[in-house]
Amino acid sequence: MNGRRILADLKVTARGYLRNPIALFFSLIFPLILILLFGLIFANTGATAATLYTENFDHASPVSQEFLSGLNQTHLVTVQVINTSTGNLSVWLGQNDNPVGLVIPAGFGQNYTQHIATNVTLYVNPQDAGAAGSAEGAVQAVENEFNLHAACQSTNGTCSPVLGYIPQSVGKTYFTYIDYLVPGLIGFSILTSPMFSMVDVTSSYRKEGIFRQLSLTPLTRDEWLASRVIWYTILTFLAAAIMLGFGIGVFGAKVTISVWMVPFLLVGPLLFVSLGMLAGSIARTPESAAVIGNIITFPMMFLAGTFFPVSEFSPGLQVVAKVLPLYYVIDGMNQVLLFQNYARALTDFVIVLGIAVVFFAAAVYLFRWKGE
Amino acid sequence: MADAIVVEGLTKNYGSLAAIDNISFRVPPGSVFAFLGPNGAGKTTTTEILEGLRARSKGSVRVLGLDPWGEGRPLHRQIGVIPQDFRFFEKITPRESIDYYSTLFGTHPDPAALLERVKLSDKANSRFDTLSGGQKQKLGLALSLVNDPRICFLDEPTTGLDPTARRAIWDVVRELRREGRTVFLTTHYLEEAEILADRVAIINHGQIVAAGSPAEIIDRLGGPARLRIVAGSDVADFVRSRFPNEVRREGDHIDVVLRDREDALAILEAVQASRLAWTGFTTVRDTLEDVFVRLVGRMDDGVLKSSDGTAAGAST
Repeated sequence: MNGRRILADLKVTARGYLRNPIALFFSLIFPLILILLFGLIFANTGATAATLYTENFDHASPVSQEFLSGLNQTHLVTVQVINTSTGNLSVWLGQNDNPVGLVIPAGFGQNYTQHIATNVTLYVNPQDAGAAGSAEGAVQAVENEFNLHAACQSTNGTCSPVLGYIPQSVGKTYFTYIDYLVPGLIGFSILTSPMFSMVDVTSSYRKEGIFRQLSLTPLTRDEWLASRVIWYTILTFLAAAIMLGFGIGVFGAKVTISVWMVPFLLVGPLLFVSLGMLAGSIARTPESAAVIGNIITFPMMFLAGTFFPVSEFSPGLQVVAKVLPLYYVIDGMNQVLLFQNYARALTDFVIVLGIAVVFFAAAVYLFRWKGE
Repeated sequence: MADAIVVEGLTKNYGSLAAIDNISFRVPPGSVFAFLGPNGAGKTTTTEILEGLRARSKGSVRVLGLDPWGEGRPLHRQIGVIPQDFRFFEKITPRESIDYYSTLFGTHPDPAALLERVKLSDKANSRFDTLSGGQKQKLGLALSLVNDPRICFLDEPTTGLDPTARRAIWDVVRELRREGRTVFLTTHYLEEAEILADRVAIINHGQIVAAGSPAEIIDRLGGPARLRIVAGSDVADFVRSRFPNEVRREGDHIDVVLRDREDALAILEAVQASRLAWTGFTTVRDTLEDVFVRLVGRMDDGVLKSSDGTAAGAST
């Protein structure tokens, strides 16, 4: 391995790529168009009243009933009274993927009538700004009305508010479509740019005698391969930066940028450069290589969690998804960017690394520059 | 000085088929060697074995004293190769290609001078995919010189090129020879071999059927010289009646097969004295092409037929 030669090949590869509008389009612009398109379609799914799950520990008092019906009349929320078995609404909300909840304490009605200051607890998920805003707005509005009413009836003539609320964050983050789309489309880039062009390059360079030409220079096959892996890793980092920039900047995606995404951005391109080379090496002509490449690429493009989270698939399709190498790249990125579940990310990474090593070894074994 | 290329008993089998069948030849340093043969005769296979791109089945091959298959890497630093139909990275310019090759080889040629040498300076900054066939081939030639090679392998370098581009490449080949480099050339064009080569080998069905300088081969294997007189059948009848030489009537001229130089003078003198009408004469000899066609087959509608009458294989 000679760094100077790798760098020279990298320079030529980069130049060729940057001067090829089609390659550039599919690597960087196309995923961007996808994130804009899907983001716009799915970002705003309409402002319906948020359901406010309410635990009422003062069920018997007419004041609490009046308070809840006041909330309903704001049309910002729809009150849904529940009884949690755990007694912990925050946990219940997290388990059931609900963004807002309300707890009315025991003695709420009595305190109100006796002008004793009392608080309700409002659980909101700050990351679901829509539901949180609606719930806070509704509770504030109804409490103001109750406080004014209490002041008018006050015997001492002061207008001090009686009711207040304690805001609480719900312990779970809720993710929307756009949040899943960011890691999904980073995965899409990791898959498509090396796959499409390595399949083409491997088969057409062989047909056109460019490998033969290169084999007559001091450049080794391994140096050539290193240059390609480095190039697609650079492209992957660029694509990831663009996806994160647009996802967060334009659509407010709730992703956490973390250094733990780097292992996936390094090993992902290695996996698909190897797979692309394998497909290109097995095929006898560039035409059949393109077909083999598409057969491998297209199912992954749609079924590995790129455009839709795999958890929303039917159980049968989930099994299919879990056979695809890209699934583990995207799931790993989801674990890092969305859930900060590093244990599961590590498992995903080990699987991705294992597949990459196997594909890389097979590609190196099968890929030949010379006739025999 | 030791021969640049020494091939002894080289054989290449594909299954039971011998693509190259026990051939031997030597190429002296500083000479132009042309390897001729119809399609499928084994030219490219032999060339690729010499370049270290293909393994041999039997025999010994030494190029600059190295075994091309086992010692390819040190050999490749000393040879330049231009394949048939040179292809390269589509979006890269000749200038950038030369920079790339220079870095790979760790050499420092002057790119401008190299491009000037192959007459490609005006396209120095044009992308490869915009170059014509001749310009692409010229770039291949320029790249093969980046490492200042001792042997240049040119595999049908002018096939499909227009006469101007072909002559430009011939000029470079002549210059390479002047600089003391060895040139190993395969070609379809017999005229090209005759003009450029010091030595020629003709290969057919994997075997060398003739070797030597073009003049030697013509002397040895060509037909006798002929006196061609532009005249009618009366002159043909006249010559036949007076001389024992074979006379052939072809179109507007007659060919008299000469046994020696004096024949021509005597025949011309007699024809002149006969007062029969004739308008001109010339002596003709077989060209390398005549010999080649006699040895390996015949050209039918531009397709070279091998001597057994079947069309020669499409690829080499």
